[in-house]
Amino acid sequence: MTINETQDEIIEEFELFDDWEGKYEYIIDLGKKLAPFKEEFKTEDHIIKGCQSRVWLHAELNGDNVVFTADSDAIIVKGLISMLVKVLSEHTPEEIINADLYFMEKVGLQQHLAQTRSNGLASMLKQMKTYALAFSALKN
Amino acid sequence: MPQPQTHQQPIPSMMTTTSAVSFDIERIRTDFPILDQEVNGRKLVYFDNAATTQKPVAVIEALMNYYRGYNANIHRGIHTLAEKATADFEASRRAVRDFLNAPSAEEIIFTSGTTMGINLVAQTYGRHFLKAGDEIIISGLEHHSNIVPWQMLAGEKGLTVRAIPVLENGELDLETFDTMLSDRTKIVAVNHASNSLGTVNPVKEIIAKAHAVGAVVLVDGAQASSHLEIDVQDLDVDFYAFSAHKLYGPTGIGALYGKRALLEAMPPYMGGGEMIKEVTFEKTTFNDLPYKFEAGTPNIADVVALKTALEYINAIGKSAISAYENHLLTYATEQVSQIEGVRIIGQAKEKISVLSFVLDGIHHQDIGIILDQQGIAVRTGHHCTQPVMDRFCILGTTRASFAFYNTIEEIDKLIAGLHRVKKLMA
Repeated sequence: MTINETQDEIIEEFELFDDWEGKYEYIIDLGKKLAPFKEEFKTEDHIIKGCQSRVWLHAELNGDNVVFTADSDAIIVKGLISMLVKVLSEHTPEEIINADLYFMEKVGLQQHLAQTRSNGLASMLKQMKTYALAFSALKN
Repeated sequence: MPQPQTHQQPIPSMMTTTSAVSFDIERIRTDFPILDQEVNGRKLVYFDNAATTQKPVAVIEALMNYYRGYNANIHRGIHTLAEKATADFEASRRAVRDFLNAPSAEEIIFTSGTTMGINLVAQTYGRHFLKAGDEIIISGLEHHSNIVPWQMLAGEKGLTVRAIPVLENGELDLETFDTMLSDRTKIVAVNHASNSLGTVNPVKEIIAKAHAVGAVVLVDGAQASSHLEIDVQDLDVDFYAFSAHKLYGPTGIGALYGKRALLEAMPPYMGGGEMIKEVTFEKTTFNDLPYKFEAGTPNIADVVALKTALEYINAIGKSAISAYENHLLTYATEQVSQIEGVRIIGQAKEKISVLSFVLDGIHHQDIGIILDQQGIAVRTGHHCTQPVMDRFCILGTTRASFAFYNTIEEIDKLIAGLHRVKKLMA
């Protein structure tokens, strides 16, 4: 599935919710179901510091594709991370670098990507793109 | 200039339940237009007053009237607008003098806020008078603004910064403070009230003890100034700093009180216009107090509006404000305590209206997001007091901080909101 196909799928899922509570229940559920993050990666090297919650991100190459795993100590952020990982993981560095992430805005969650200090999510997205750039440079 | 309304004629049907409080809360709320709005489809409940307070119409109008009617650079202009702007600017300084019960207006320095006031003292008094081996005592309850300026100074000059420990209930350990004081202690810098826990510190006692060993004392009044009567002469404090925006006034303006003898002895902070007496390329002589510390064109509009904010507070009266806010705090503390899994952080005997708590197994950011969805604004995180969080072995708290325009009904919404958080996170 392409990055945009995954984004469109998420947008479609969110269309089912007519109130904030359903939406957040779903995000919390995604957070709970996020694939476990290896304890050995919970180091200073992998931490993305926001003012509010801690986010850990790990990236590795599997063949041509970048595989992301991530975690947070806050459950809603974990749910949002889960969506970012779902959209961007298992794609080539070039696809990730060029990705236009529109789904957060479409599902009404753009405030979580706002550039405030309180939010590690914007930094996480930036870090995902930085990893992709690094892998791309490595390849060339 | 619009005059603030007086709120001391209560309408009985709208009075709150405590007899000590005669408060026309409905009328007060109409003075704050920002409160009358929906956030995420719900009526806004603003409980982030320790971060910044909202502004009454009179303050907003004072800003507009200044820019519409008499914006001019102050002190040296001889035209009518400059004279009016200067008169209002200096009238505000006298209003701050009265607000703090300072002996004279020359001891009031306008700053950009509490942080600048503390930095000013660190970089002038501290840099000029302290030497290697000297000690600065702060407390474990300080905001980063009352830690970092001293650490920077200490790094530069070889000083030691020590912190008074915090007891389990959020009060300062004054017995340990006694043992920390010595002839090496040159500055004691503590807050009057803690922003993250609400603890009101016994600053008068701390000041007396510090003076006994010859130290000067700076009190960070950022949190206390909107809740408590401030009398710098009664406290015998050497420096007292506060911010207007936590006092229903504009952002970007604050004041530093300093005892005249100390301010006279201190070198200037920044160089520039206004702070000089005469300038030649060989030598510059500095202006008298308070202008020595006010280089450059000051924040005239916000100074003018600060006076309006102080008048607004005075019209209600600090004792009525603190009685009403204590009533809100007591009710909120009782209600929040009844929620299963809640731990209140900071249970000092004397507190300003700040309620900080953690909820078992739920991250404070999640609480903040879900409350925001319900139109409730609280602050979550470490509140720029990481040492306090470390002391209690937590990463952050949820903090509801109340102002005199808040209501019991709003606290009920917070409680309902927290139950919803628990249900969603279960």
